[in-house]
Amino acid sequence: MKESTSIPKLLQPLANYSKAYYAFVGFLLGVIGLGAYAYSTQLQNGLVVTGMRNNVLWGLYITNFVFFIGISHVGALMSAILRLSGAEWRKPITRMAEAITACSLAVGALMPIVDLGRPDRILNILLYGRIQSPILWDFISIGTYLVGSLVFLLLPLIPDIAMLRDRLSGVSSLRQRIYRTLSFGWRDTPYQQDRLEKAIGVMTILIIPIAISVHTVVSWIFAMTLRVGWNSSIFGPYFVAGALLSGVASVILAMAFFRHFYRLEDYLTPKHFRNLANLMLAMIIVYIYFVLNEFLTPAYKWETAEGQLLGALFTGEFSALFMAAQVGGLVVPAILLSLRRTRNILGYSIASMFVVVGIWIKRFVIIVPTLARSQIAEFWATYQPSWVEWSITAAAFAGFILLYTVFSRVFPIVSVWETAGIGEVPSETASPTTISGFGFTASQASSVQIGSVSGEDL
Amino acid sequence: MKLAAGASAAAASGFVLSDFLKNLSRTYAASPNSERNPRKWVMVIDLARCNGCKKCTEWCVTEHKVPPAWGNPSYNGYQEWIAVVQTSNDPKNAALFRPTPCMNCMNAPCVKVCPVGATYYNDEGLVVTDIARCIGTRFCMAACPYDRRYFNWGEPPHTPDEQFINYTPDFPVLHRKGTVEKCNWCAHRVRMGRLPACVEACRDEGMNAIFFGDASEDVITNGEEVSSLSEILAARGGYRFQEELGTEPSLYYLPPTGK
Repeated sequence: MKESTSIPKLLQPLANYSKAYYAFVGFLLGVIGLGAYAYSTQLQNGLVVTGMRNNVLWGLYITNFVFFIGISHVGALMSAILRLSGAEWRKPITRMAEAITACSLAVGALMPIVDLGRPDRILNILLYGRIQSPILWDFISIGTYLVGSLVFLLLPLIPDIAMLRDRLSGVSSLRQRIYRTLSFGWRDTPYQQDRLEKAIGVMTILIIPIAISVHTVVSWIFAMTLRVGWNSSIFGPYFVAGALLSGVASVILAMAFFRHFYRLEDYLTPKHFRNLANLMLAMIIVYIYFVLNEFLTPAYKWETAEGQLLGALFTGEFSALFMAAQVGGLVVPAILLSLRRTRNILGYSIASMFVVVGIWIKRFVIIVPTLARSQIAEFWATYQPSWVEWSITAAAFAGFILLYTVFSRVFPIVSVWETAGIGEVPSETASPTTISGFGFTASQASSVQIGSVSGEDL
Repeated sequence: MKLAAGASAAAASGFVLSDFLKNLSRTYAASPNSERNPRKWVMVIDLARCNGCKKCTEWCVTEHKVPPAWGNPSYNGYQEWIAVVQTSNDPKNAALFRPTPCMNCMNAPCVKVCPVGATYYNDEGLVVTDIARCIGTRFCMAACPYDRRYFNWGEPPHTPDEQFINYTPDFPVLHRKGTVEKCNWCAHRVRMGRLPACVEACRDEGMNAIFFGDASEDVITNGEEVSSLSEILAARGGYRFQEELGTEPSLYYLPPTGK
């Protein structure tokens, strides 16, 4: 086929696996293996091998849980909102965002199970589940979001998978079978196109409230308690804002990574980075507003128990982490994103790195100090994570990166049919009945897109 | 180890049926009085009498075969289901102590948040833990504003004799790793008409600081004297710990006046 020469860049990573790739996967598998060993010692001996104790009864695992669930929000933000608003520039990056959602949810959902004292009794949640418990709300909303985001990821993939099924010869029979199964008999008929557009339109609308509910419910795990620092009505939107911020930052990092290693300069242009950087700067400002709300209102009053917690955060044992989260995670990236000299892809990437690390620390600083500074001063405690927790944390990050990398090697990380004509020989070379934008040219595609379709249908 | 895991799994799966049968038999066995007058157990601790000897904690540890704490705070390395907390070290005054068992809240945050109903009010209104069902999320510990819950971070040591104890949530032995436990006001003793171990320990020491009784009958006793709950609360200015939280504790403290 002629197209094999017009779209080689996007499919290159699927066809040629370099030595560096295998080395990278091997490294990630090694880290995951270390985490698996750590978890096996935890299963054997109990959570005594962690640094958690009375009364700091949650630590890194729950921090990771909140962090990864937060990262997952980017699928809803970037994909769904940009799809709905018909922003055309989104096309090369939506799949990246949706894949981040699916991968980080898969890892994040494991974290509370790792944290369980009795993972062998996990089925009790189904047998004896009480809907009055916020944990059940989490269980239901995260389960719904996981299924929903997989569907949301898969739907726009179908035309691409069908293309891989038809064009990508010489791959293993397993992958051929995957492509055959997941293309669901796609033959690019007008009927199928219509159905697919409608399905994507419905999912685009559905995924937004689901995503917002997920992180709201995650925050309610904390906000439904009487603990100082958690007993707050701002937590729902506060967590959602932090989630979106960390999600945008992770997409910028993924874009920089793929642009460099997969040579996608034609697809991921400085304009994409600039737009996302502006979005991230806006989210930083929103988040700073929330932080101000969270800390200024109790700090002004300095009620006894609140004051003890705030003292530990501002000047006490948690001040270094607290400042790292606020200054390193918000102020520094805001400056980097504002200065002309650092408004380039490298600068955006560094700012995103600061944001991602800062938000992770922020999650830690929300969870641990409140537990360490219990309302009853006699039961104050400290927390030092053990090697088991650090290993499992490293394995969680490695697992996320591995899922993401493997995904980008099995499926095109940039949507081929949606970006037909971008940075390539224009789609005249493609035959009108094949996958290239459902046979639309790039200019046509911009007028007949999901945004306008869903506008009529819904 | 494998055998024990199997036993606990069997206890978890057979729970519904056994509970149903237990309740069925109780319906017929209960006295007419208990039907008319449901129990409302209360505890009253006279802080003026407490000298901080921690005998209550010691008896509690023995009675319940309390597991180790795996860190602080602890009583000789054991979990302090009833913690005796020093509340004042002001040199101008006598040292003050506050024995702190479970508050047995009537609006208990721990009961609200449990995802599997492993902590609940038993038929006598006592908050008990079913460690055969607990999955170890520790959400109840995060929810308890009094930090009165303890997690078994590792496998507690076991003695041969405890293998013969019949497990009930009223008397949660054998203790198992990965589950949350707490003071349950000696629900197993109370059911038999005995006073909780800490009350007996305090009487044994001659301090008689801990009273136990039934609010619906307005009667409390420390094992030596019998008093009227409403009268003693009114006379001494009894209060509940952090009452402003709205957890409705069943535990009253009498302030250490005159100490």
